[in-house]
Amino acid sequence: MNYFPDEVIEHVFDYVVSHSDRNSLSLVCKSWYRIERFTRQRVFIGNCYSISPERLVERFPDLKSLTLKGKPHFADFSLVPHGWGGFVYPWIEALAKSKVGLEELRLKRMVVSDESLELLSRSFMNFKSLVLVSCEGFTTDGLAAVAANCRSLRELDLQENEVEDHKGQWLSCFPENCTSLVSLNFACLKGEINIGALERLVARSPNLKSLRLNRSVPVDALQRILMRAPQLMDLGIGSFFHDLNSDAYAKLRTTILKCTSITSLSGFLEVAPFSLAAMYPICQNLTSLNLSYAAGIQGSELIKLIRHCGKLQRLWIMDCIGDKGLGVVATACKDLQELRVFPSAPFGNQGAVTEKGLVAISMGCRKLHSLLYFCHQMTNAALITVAKNCPNFIRFRLCILDATKPDPDTMQPLDEGFGAIVQSCKQLRRLSLSGQLTDQVFLYIGMYAEQLEMLSIAFAGETDKGMLYVLNGCKKLRKLEIRDCPFGDTALLTDIGKYETMRSLWMSSCEVTVGACKTLAKKMPSLNVEIFGEGEQADCYVEDGQRVEKMYLYRTVAGKREDAPEYVWTL
Amino acid sequence: MEVVVGMKKEKMEFDETELRLGIGSTKASEEVVRKRGFSETENHDDDDDENTTMDLMLNLSSKEASGEVDPNDKIKNLQKEKTLLPDPAKPPTKTQVVGWPPVRSYRKNMLAMQKSSTNFGDESEKNNAISFVKVSLDGAPYLRKVDLQMYKSYSQLSDSLGKMFSSFTIGNCESQGMKDFMNESKLMDLLNNSDYVPTYEDKDGDWMLVGDVPWEMFVESCKRLRIMKGKEAIGIAPRAMEKCKNRR
Repeated sequence: MNYFPDEVIEHVFDYVVSHSDRNSLSLVCKSWYRIERFTRQRVFIGNCYSISPERLVERFPDLKSLTLKGKPHFADFSLVPHGWGGFVYPWIEALAKSKVGLEELRLKRMVVSDESLELLSRSFMNFKSLVLVSCEGFTTDGLAAVAANCRSLRELDLQENEVEDHKGQWLSCFPENCTSLVSLNFACLKGEINIGALERLVARSPNLKSLRLNRSVPVDALQRILMRAPQLMDLGIGSFFHDLNSDAYAKLRTTILKCTSITSLSGFLEVAPFSLAAMYPICQNLTSLNLSYAAGIQGSELIKLIRHCGKLQRLWIMDCIGDKGLGVVATACKDLQELRVFPSAPFGNQGAVTEKGLVAISMGCRKLHSLLYFCHQMTNAALITVAKNCPNFIRFRLCILDATKPDPDTMQPLDEGFGAIVQSCKQLRRLSLSGQLTDQVFLYIGMYAEQLEMLSIAFAGETDKGMLYVLNGCKKLRKLEIRDCPFGDTALLTDIGKYETMRSLWMSSCEVTVGACKTLAKKMPSLNVEIFGEGEQADCYVEDGQRVEKMYLYRTVAGKREDAPEYVWTL
Repeated sequence: MEVVVGMKKEKMEFDETELRLGIGSTKASEEVVRKRGFSETENHDDDDDENTTMDLMLNLSSKEASGEVDPNDKIKNLQKEKTLLPDPAKPPTKTQVVGWPPVRSYRKNMLAMQKSSTNFGDESEKNNAISFVKVSLDGAPYLRKVDLQMYKSYSQLSDSLGKMFSSFTIGNCESQGMKDFMNESKLMDLLNNSDYVPTYEDKDGDWMLVGDVPWEMFVESCKRLRIMKGKEAIGIAPRAMEKCKNRR
């Protein structure tokens, strides 16, 4: 295999970038494994419990960038009790002890303590980028440590985290000689920040391209910041609340005219009615617009704004836009690739968004490949039309607010509709189902969804056959998450080898028993099979015949984890 | 109000067949509907535990009930509801289970927070000239609206509501009866004995017991009224009271 010296092979490997490709390289032969591991700089670990931090550090001494994901996806919806796990500290500790020169850390759904952030900030001289998504466990004190100690910090990106705000001066902790910031996102912070410190920070950051503010930054400060940073490309506005007749607003309108580099706009956590007109001049440049947290914007204003956004590729909005509004999107945004429509109230606006909106979008936006759509109802006919119009879907997530609602026109389950989607969209990698569904939809998925990697199922199916169709058919399946479905032990145990080819399986409120989980765990030592209820002691599961409330299993080379709370029983 | 009591006695047997829209829904799904009623009152201030953003839904989840609620029942309830609905054209009763719809807790909290703050902004602009709020009475086929500015006291409001709802068949109301349910002076007695509990949703999205705060404060903070009945009221009212006490 090795006709070339190592240096040449290393050089070739530099061009191989994707994680899966690099994984493949390492499997070719011992020599390539060795070369690959010493040159690998970016590692992605989709389940932090699949491998130990020590093993990671040992294998990849040249590591620069680490991405870690912790809790299972359904933790987002409060299905995983507090304290389950996903602690980042052991990772930072292991990395700090080693000679790894970490530069970038990206975490999702992990528990991050202030201690971890402090250790991180002190341990890596060249640390550049911290991205935290849906994490918890830290306060603004931890952020202060990062700001103060990371001399070459380029990126601090906090997305949708639960951060305890100590109302300290964390922003002021960026030293005066810190001029390297490229991206700063603190939109999820609830508390006040030092406005003066923010303005000075922006003033001394000539490379700042992305800035997302929280609601505590008033409009006059926003205006001054925009004056200082005309090079901004991504702007997140916190508060847009002001008197329309004021000088401040007039000044803002003028300043915005200068912001010709902005291609991504988000936020508007607080909005004054009828004030969005100030944004019209930059709408034509926008490729990304996220108004999914802008509760203060009425449907009609939203529609007016979007009419100006001809270049939009990504749009995240709330369902107050309505079916008619989606029709406007379909006319105005021909380049749209990703659409997310969120419910504006716990159960959405009654009748605001239905299958009609989605059909309109599919007719106008032929490049659409990613969809997350919360709606009140869906019909098979609509889904069949959408499948025909948009065969390029990679991600298709449909959430009908009434979880088991059938097609309202025919009172039939939505099997045929989703069947059409999987048959037409040959590149489909992610699918979330809802509405009334029988085993038939799973037969279709098993038959046609050849590229499917992640499937989310809720309140669907009739018998174990449903789950088996999926396990048998979807060869590329990596993550399967199921809640409230009548799948039981037979489905779980028929093809246990399958789970080693997947990252994880979640089953909650199904028909799986303790005994079956024990059997599975015994036969497959390479899996961790965890069962738990809601904060109960683990030993309440005494009898084998007892139904399991929640089960989460994942493949691992790290063995049983040491940090599981009492209510988690690893079999 | 006496008229109401008389009518009720005659019409009690029509409970089962009565068409109900709005909050008061079919009896079999009462428990489930209770959860819905509080879905908009996610209290994210008091509790750090993410689970409790589901608020009262936890009363029926396995967490507190330690296995009492069989999640299969949720599916059964859903199926039951489908068969109980007399007419598919009517909007189906929405069940509420933990984690559905699948919206991130962070997003839910943000929206709840914004709702209360934007309402505040609107009110200050309107100068409180008019404040119509919706009033729902469990079991009544439709809701009403009242302008709280029209009244000067709880008893005036109670009289007016009594007249408004007197024409409806309420259902079981064995004890004190409608006439007294909102009388300030008898509220405390009624909490223990009556089937009816008057509650309101305040600016923060919390459901409070009517009558605790001075009238003016009530008018300023009340967003909507709900007169709860029966089993739903038990266990709710004391909790609402606790919240009031904690506020002071």
